[in-house]
Amino acid sequence: MVGIVSYGTYIPKYRIKIADIAAAWEKEPSEVIGSLGIDEKAVPAGDEDAVTIALESALRCFAPQGKLRPNDIEVLFVGSESHPYAVNPTSTIVGELLGIGHNYLAADLQFACKAATTGMIAMAGLLAAGHARYGLAIAADTAQSKPHDAMEYTSGAGGAAFVMSGEHAIANLLADTSYSSDTPDFWRRDGIRYPSHAGRFTGEPAYFAHVMGASKRLLEMTNMKPEDFAYCVFHMPNGKFPRDVARRLGFTKEQLAPSLIVDHIGNPYSASTMLGLSAVLDIARPRQKIFMVSYGSGAGSDGFIWQVTKEITKPKQTVFDQINNKQYVDYLGYLKNTHKI
Amino acid sequence: MKVYITGAATTKFGELWSASPRSLAREAVTNALKDAKLSVKYIQALFVGNMLSGMLGGQEHLGAFFAEELGLSVAAFKIEGACASGGLALHNAINSVLSGQYDTVVALGVEKMTDHKPEDVATALMGAGSDEERAAGATFPGLYACLARAHMQAFGTTEEDMAAVAVKNHFHASLNPNAQFHSSITIEQVMRSSKIADPLKLLDCSPISDGAAAVIVTNKLGTGLPAGKAGNRVQILASTVATDTLGLAQRENLTELKATKEAGKKAFHIAGVSPKDIDVAEVHDCFTIAEILAMEDLGFCKKGKVGTLKHLVVNPSGGLKGCGHPVGATGIKQVVEIVDQLRGRAGARQVKNARVGLTHNVGGSGATAVVHILKI
Repeated sequence: MVGIVSYGTYIPKYRIKIADIAAAWEKEPSEVIGSLGIDEKAVPAGDEDAVTIALESALRCFAPQGKLRPNDIEVLFVGSESHPYAVNPTSTIVGELLGIGHNYLAADLQFACKAATTGMIAMAGLLAAGHARYGLAIAADTAQSKPHDAMEYTSGAGGAAFVMSGEHAIANLLADTSYSSDTPDFWRRDGIRYPSHAGRFTGEPAYFAHVMGASKRLLEMTNMKPEDFAYCVFHMPNGKFPRDVARRLGFTKEQLAPSLIVDHIGNPYSASTMLGLSAVLDIARPRQKIFMVSYGSGAGSDGFIWQVTKEITKPKQTVFDQINNKQYVDYLGYLKNTHKI
Repeated sequence: MKVYITGAATTKFGELWSASPRSLAREAVTNALKDAKLSVKYIQALFVGNMLSGMLGGQEHLGAFFAEELGLSVAAFKIEGACASGGLALHNAINSVLSGQYDTVVALGVEKMTDHKPEDVATALMGAGSDEERAAGATFPGLYACLARAHMQAFGTTEEDMAAVAVKNHFHASLNPNAQFHSSITIEQVMRSSKIADPLKLLDCSPISDGAAAVIVTNKLGTGLPAGKAGNRVQILASTVATDTLGLAQRENLTELKATKEAGKKAFHIAGVSPKDIDVAEVHDCFTIAEILAMEDLGFCKKGKVGTLKHLVVNPSGGLKGCGHPVGATGIKQVVEIVDQLRGRAGARQVKNARVGLTHNVGGSGATAVVHILKI
């Protein structure tokens, strides 16, 4: 059985309050916050990008003097929608700096916010087939949005990395599935700086159709019910959608709450679901089951059922420790950090 | 010659992600034909009311487009008059039968708006205004906000008075299975909703919607056609149109819509009835102030006195605010609602003893007004 052996996360320390973005555009802050369910979002420093964030997250998977070493990794996938190059792999830059050596399979993935969870499923297959012993799946994004667009309130930054293996897992993968369709709710053409989106079409026909599709299939194929799980994690494009989908599926607020990083850091795109899972792993106990479904625009959802093992330990630094380590920037500082001016 | 509506149907109105203009039109016309117990082969002409298909979807030539979709090769026309497109399509359908050239025709209103960004829809809708208004950056909420402000200054109308229209129409919509919105709202909720164009707030404004509606218009009542029960037919007593200046700046008076007054006066005269004879009405509440203006300009009450209206049930369908406003479809939907009311088929929103009804459909900020009076 394949599972997660170790995980590392990185959230940039800068934050901007949603109220400050709203005020810059002379919108009523309480209306924006009320409609999106987000208070503030993470902002990268001017010298951070998907590569630096991927590396920071990955480094935190390897404890100093720990048994697991970077050159144990034989497969490395990086999922992002802000890879700095259209042609040139993020994964080998990260691999080189991690000291993985040369005998590994590297690839970059893109599928909007589910790029990295797709990598996790592919990696699980390679590991289960005995094709590799250890794999590293990384999600990292410095999410782009056009100034004055609705996405400006939610597009955040962050990374999460999972070492996966068939040995010594802290959480085993009990089941996985994926639900895909051609649904153009959010996209960015090659060479164009900012993404476009289709407004309210990103709701029911996009996010909800796919997350519900994958969730229902996952529950059907395993013959399980929401009550069987200690926690659930869903992709978090804003504060409302994951709460709504959890309720529709029959999960409780308590099952969902520990994963809700979105209220504090916004949407770190490909890292959203994996950061949510990391926040849950920070507090989870052996034998607890976790239900996790990501979403990527365009569109698709990857579903996972994890079971925590007795190998789980308390992390030295939790996701919420990083969330709470913050320094505010104003709208001008935000524009500078994200290279808009 | 007497002209009748013998079949009437609408689709659901709302955010219909899985519906296309073709599927909406097919559904509305098929159900209207079923209602009339009529085969499509008896249809001699098709009048399509639509505003945005060209600007948003790149598709014009809608007469031929929908005739093909319905399996017809008869005379077919797109009629456009902004939000009055549906009413104008019906007016032309009626005239074509009165002319003697056709006996039985279909008037179809159809609009698909939700596949586009709200800002693109708002821009396209300004095609209903004047080029000066477009150049000034106005949008329709802004234009109707001017009308609201003028009305408030002249007659002491309050934002709460306008909010009451939205509350009533949402209540009616909650009784209409085809309506876009199903929850009742309160005056407080309207007052707390976000400002769109002062004094109009989100809940003073009708939504962006998809939907279609169709009616069968005929001068025959079973001659040569499968017989319909006499109880099914509704007679059109009057169908009138009037126009006014395209832009608000050229109007004589911002506290009334002259086109409504003219079309209404003509309609009552032709029908031989007066406002107090109307039992049920569907009027054009694109914004809450528009319903207040309509009630005054149609002669149901004096200026500034709409609160005194007692006997008349207005917008039982939920109006544009509660039922939704797929622009080209609204004018026909209003007629479908009145037909159902007069036939006693309006379910939970049935107005008792409805015998005579009126519909009022406006284009733009009042540049076109279409009034129909119907009786059973």
